Amino acid sequence: MSNSPTTLFDKVWDSHVVRKIADGPDVFFIDRHFIHEVTSPVAFLGLETRGIGVLFPERTFATADHNTPTINQHLPVEDPLSANQLLQLEKNTAKYGISHWGLGNPKNGIVHVVGPENGITLPGMTIVCGDSHTSTHGAFGAIAFGIGTSEVEMVLSSQCIMQPKPKKMRINVNGELGKGVTPKDVALYIISKLTTSGATGYFVEYAGDVFEKMSMEGRMTVCNLSIEMGARGGMIAPDQTTFDYIEGRELAPKGADWDKQLAYWKTLKTDAGATFDEEITFLASDIEPMITYGTNPGMGMGISKQIPNADEVEGGVATYEKSLEYMGFAQNDSMIGKKVDYVFIGSCTNGRIEDFRAFASIVKGRKKADHVTAWVVPGSHIVEAQIREEGIYDILTEAGFALRQPGCSACLAMNDDKIPAGKYAVSTSNRNFEGRQGPGSRTLLASPLVAAAAAITGVVTDPREFL
Amino acid sequence: MAYDSFNVLKSSAVPLPIENVDTDQIIPARFLKATERKGFGDNLFRDWRYDKNDAPKADFVLNNPTYSGKILVGGKNFGSGSSREHAAWAIYDYGFRCVVSSFFADIFRGNAINVGVLPVQVSPEFLHQIFTAIEADPKAELEVSLPEQTITIVATGASEKFAINGYKKNNLLNGFDDIDYLQAMKSEISTFAENR
Ligand code: SF4
Repeated sequence: MSNSPTTLFDKVWDSHVVRKIADGPDVFFIDRHFIHEVTSPVAFLGLETRGIGVLFPERTFATADHNTPTINQHLPVEDPLSANQLLQLEKNTAKYGISHWGLGNPKNGIVHVVGPENGITLPGMTIVCGDSHTSTHGAFGAIAFGIGTSEVEMVLSSQCIMQPKPKKMRINVNGELGKGVTPKDVALYIISKLTTSGATGYFVEYAGDVFEKMSMEGRMTVCNLSIEMGARGGMIAPDQTTFDYIEGRELAPKGADWDKQLAYWKTLKTDAGATFDEEITFLASDIEPMITYGTNPGMGMGISKQIPNADEVEGGVATYEKSLEYMGFAQNDSMIGKKVDYVFIGSCTNGRIEDFRAFASIVKGRKKADHVTAWVVPGSHIVEAQIREEGIYDILTEAGFALRQPGCSACLAMNDDKIPAGKYAVSTSNRNFEGRQGPGSRTLLASPLVAAAAAITGVVTDPREFL
Repeated sequence: MAYDSFNVLKSSAVPLPIENVDTDQIIPARFLKATERKGFGDNLFRDWRYDKNDAPKADFVLNNPTYSGKILVGGKNFGSGSSREHAAWAIYDYGFRCVVSSFFADIFRGNAINVGVLPVQVSPEFLHQIFTAIEADPKAELEVSLPEQTITIVATGASEKFAINGYKKNNLLNGFDDIDYLQAMKSEISTFAENR
């Protein structure tokens, strides 16, 4: 390590470069590789076609999540294509000796939920997965990002990918968050300011009071959404909050190994005086509960505000008009009071225990609106167990909500959890693209608190009324 | 996965002047259930291209016989969203070899090159010139030269340079890929892993 002040990102990146190619990418070593049923089969097929094997099978972990049903998981999966992807994952992982947490396994769940909660995601690591929200793991001070299937094949066969080093951006949020303002709101606020392409080409470090005080669950939510502003990923320096979260997790280091790693993790921070290619600072007090009104995550606004005019939004008038037409909204509309048909709480963005606690804090002692269909989907079996243990399950049931089984569910609607065409869903997931939650579906991204308030009243509601 | 090498491509182009085209539009998630890389072109832009009864929507550009060619020209921030490489496969499988935009999302750009689709990033002004040229003549040709790293509007002769790193350029010119490269350095990688 050099003596000049260095960023957290540089420390982790530079220690993983196997070879630098002149006028080309770095050969970049990967510590942990997560795979799931959708983006891995073609990679395994590629290994076979080339007649090559898996170099370090112990560094790859597989879970089934994207395609899986969220009810009756003990029964055979009905959709033959989904069933086949699950079967291929099982066969491929067995063939190469890769850990596989398939349906029914107590460790099963959404890839970006199960990695951290089992102690596989650790500070200073490089982590990739064929899924763009791999950025989630950056919450631990890891460099984590999504890759394509060709790269999945590269990691399986050589534990490396070819990556040009991204530029560095630091985003600071200072001050105190107001009542009802959650990590999801902080992230949606930043994206609305930066736009969906504002951080393209950059790797982001989040710093400042707000992130220092944030829980690990909250940090994961923020890092998860880094990709929605175009960033390769986002990371937060590990601190005592991080270490406390990891300690004792099933696959986390133990004993002398723990002490050794901990000493290393404590060096993982940006030195005073280190520089970034770009640095942006926001004030926590400017952020209120957020909601999106358009068809990309950058089209978000404070819940009490009105839909901005085309000239205030990046993307050009044609794109803006197409988006509002799809959503059935008009400029200057207030979002408060808009009818909601579906509510989805779950996904790798907001499917952790803290999210269900927040949701329950509002629905407790109240009733779900009759016309609202609500899907409450834990991110993993471990989260599900916690929901039951903490009594959240009873609160939900009394308020008229049913708990489903873990998986990606309506986040990308590859299974049966599809929002019907034209219907409005307040969703705690990460993407409001056209048709993301089912063909013709209309998504309003928001926090678990906003989702809970909408589920109770049946219309978009400021959650602060309930707090 | 092998792809055809890329050298000079002269072709008419299909215009898609929409910004922030995300990979969920390029290939919706429900078409990601295959376990082989086949037939994705049929579902390229599925929900913009077909209505809910699977009838082609006449107003979508891929259903308009006036436009054809091996080059797709999109608006700013093309390929944002999901990392699904299927988006690049669908574009390749449909018959496009090159996508032109004034800005590409990171992961899409990498995926495209890895599967043999050349992403050509031009200035906003040049992108505008291309759209104008196609509007004037739907058969207007573009010439993309990878060796020269130039894109030219054949009718007007207007030309612009584009960037690509030397390593990736060499791969595309020769139809090599990263896996070939990495396989050749496996012992170096194993040594690196042991010393970590
Ligand atoms: S929950 Fe959604 S974003 Fe997260 S891994 Fe699953 S599909 Fe991807």
